[in-house]
Amino acid sequence: MLWSKARAPNGLHSYWKRIATVRRADLVVPLSCVLLLAAAGPPGLSHISIYSTLANYTLPVMEKNGQSYVGLLELLDPLGTVTVKVDGNHWKLRYNATDVEFTAGKTRVKMKSGDFDLPANFLLENDRGLVPLSALAALLPRILGGPVTFREASRRLFIGNTGIHFTAQVVSANPARLVMNFSSSVSPSIRQEGNNLRLIFEHDPLMPPGSPLLTFGNTAIPSATYREENGNAEISIAGTLPLFASFSNERRTITITTTPEAAPLSAPSPPTSGIMHAAVGRRFLVAVNASHGGSERGAALTDQIAEKDVTLAFAVALRRELEARGVNTLMVRDGDTNLSVDQRASITNSAHAAIYICLHAAGPGGGVRLYTALLPPGGGNHGSFVDWNTAQTPYLSGSRAAANRIAFELRKDQIAARTLPADLQPLNNVTMPAIAVEVAPPNNMNELLSPIYQRAVAASLADGIVAVRAGEEASK
Amino acid sequence: MIPRHLVITAAALLVLAMGMAFYVRSMRSRASYTARGALTTQPVAAPVSGPVEQVMLYVAYDDEGILQAQGFRIPLPSGRQQRAEELLRALIGIYLDKSSPHPLPPGSDLRGVYLVDAAQMGPGFNPGLAVIDLNGAFADGHRSGVLVENLTVASLVRTLTANIDGITRVKILIDGQPRQTLAGHADLSGFIDVSAMNQMAAELANP
Repeated sequence: MLWSKARAPNGLHSYWKRIATVRRADLVVPLSCVLLLAAAGPPGLSHISIYSTLANYTLPVMEKNGQSYVGLLELLDPLGTVTVKVDGNHWKLRYNATDVEFTAGKTRVKMKSGDFDLPANFLLENDRGLVPLSALAALLPRILGGPVTFREASRRLFIGNTGIHFTAQVVSANPARLVMNFSSSVSPSIRQEGNNLRLIFEHDPLMPPGSPLLTFGNTAIPSATYREENGNAEISIAGTLPLFASFSNERRTITITTTPEAAPLSAPSPPTSGIMHAAVGRRFLVAVNASHGGSERGAALTDQIAEKDVTLAFAVALRRELEARGVNTLMVRDGDTNLSVDQRASITNSAHAAIYICLHAAGPGGGVRLYTALLPPGGGNHGSFVDWNTAQTPYLSGSRAAANRIAFELRKDQIAARTLPADLQPLNNVTMPAIAVEVAPPNNMNELLSPIYQRAVAASLADGIVAVRAGEEASK
Repeated sequence: MIPRHLVITAAALLVLAMGMAFYVRSMRSRASYTARGALTTQPVAAPVSGPVEQVMLYVAYDDEGILQAQGFRIPLPSGRQQRAEELLRALIGIYLDKSSPHPLPPGSDLRGVYLVDAAQMGPGFNPGLAVIDLNGAFADGHRSGVLVENLTVASLVRTLTANIDGITRVKILIDGQPRQTLAGHADLSGFIDVSAMNQMAAELANP
């Protein structure tokens, strides 16, 4: 007999972490092991995306007897307090105050509000209860007591009123500018395929527009297509020129622009306002994170100067230097905004950047210190699930190599540089080479605030990053 | 005409009153001096009994940004947990000294060290956990910066693990509560892996 108990978590990462530590009962294979086995399946495993006001998450979908199945406990776990009792063939689930009883190999479901039948048999595998996907639209409203929308073909499940709607409109013809407004913040990953731009919404409950094909009557950006598949939504924007995407309005607006011939990629661009600016035009994208921000001021460098302001100034200088060298940048923060370290890592990971540079500033102490993650040897990920706390592990050697390369370039420019490991968030959570840069003035604090010193350090850092890119291209 | 003996008595009483006033004033200033002394922010080391032993403390030096192993002779009790606490108190004492190479805020202190073994937690528990509980003044007034905070953490953890066997993980609490960072940078949210920290300490040994 097994009782598994869980309470609603804050997010998917804590969810998986917690699931993996569910206490085991005597002689019963614990749920965590089953999940790990499922997780160790081949990449490209089909999954279902669940969107709710409490959490957005994905779960693996299993094919059994010609039907698609999902684990019911895992599905309900992030939404409320769930307990499960296994008694022979009977699988008794309590969600908040609702009791439901399933029987292995049977379609009948017993509930106080009235029994009903699943479209296919309930399955019990190692005490894990599996329900057919086709049953979710009828089953979940009875358990949750609220409306549920299930887009079965694309495996997207909306619990309550959680959908994000959007509009798309070309607001200027030359250069072409497509503005997409979303009803809530979005974090798509952006991929460029030729001149087309694909915005893939893996974690956002994006709802389809009235028609899947949007036409704009513009020669540079003629159309966009919406489609959803295997738990993801995607907007594919067709372009006849390379397209750039930038985020603004707290990530509720995405602006797509073309690259006019008169303004090549290598031209430095002026600072933008808004939370994030993504320039997607080439494969090597640098995520620049100005640490701290908003109410989180960082170190008080002087009575008036907070670390958050200095890091932002350095980040803007670094972006200019990188773009002058033809390197695309993503500014994780380019305003005085509060962002948690987890949000910073999520934004960077979603953008699939080539390298993550996090900027810090400190009092007098000579030059630049380059930090890589401090991770236990041998730690890592298991199967296709990535442990949030050790996500950096596979990239750590690349991070160290990049830090050494950048330090070399700094020293070449007579700037003292040192490489060290450090226990500093969110380095451990970033799924690409990741470096934290702490800039300290050689002698006094005025040097740190000097635009000349900032530009000199930013230029050397940019040279180092270009050298990293060159090394990566050479290795390919 | 006032009798002579009354004049003498009044004069004697006046002298006595003035003397008393002077005495009271001197007593008050002594009491206030004692009170100031009692409010000093230096931690008062618990009385330690035990033989003086040679130990290795890992001391941070801000100017060079390094962590250096140094031998000290300090009295240590026999209990493993008490030894751990005395080691860290000795280290914090160095940092609270006026000539400290890595100053800590006044009032910084160690609340306790707890060594958690499998025998206490039951079978299946991964042993070797040490919990360092620091007081609020230690973290609230700590200087903010990646290097300076990591030097503090590395110094505490390395000193503890270099002198107490069997510790594989360390958790740092502030006033008995978990905290996200020490002062905005060094991550205190999780368990510190001792082998990784040893690697960091080794790299911090070189400027």
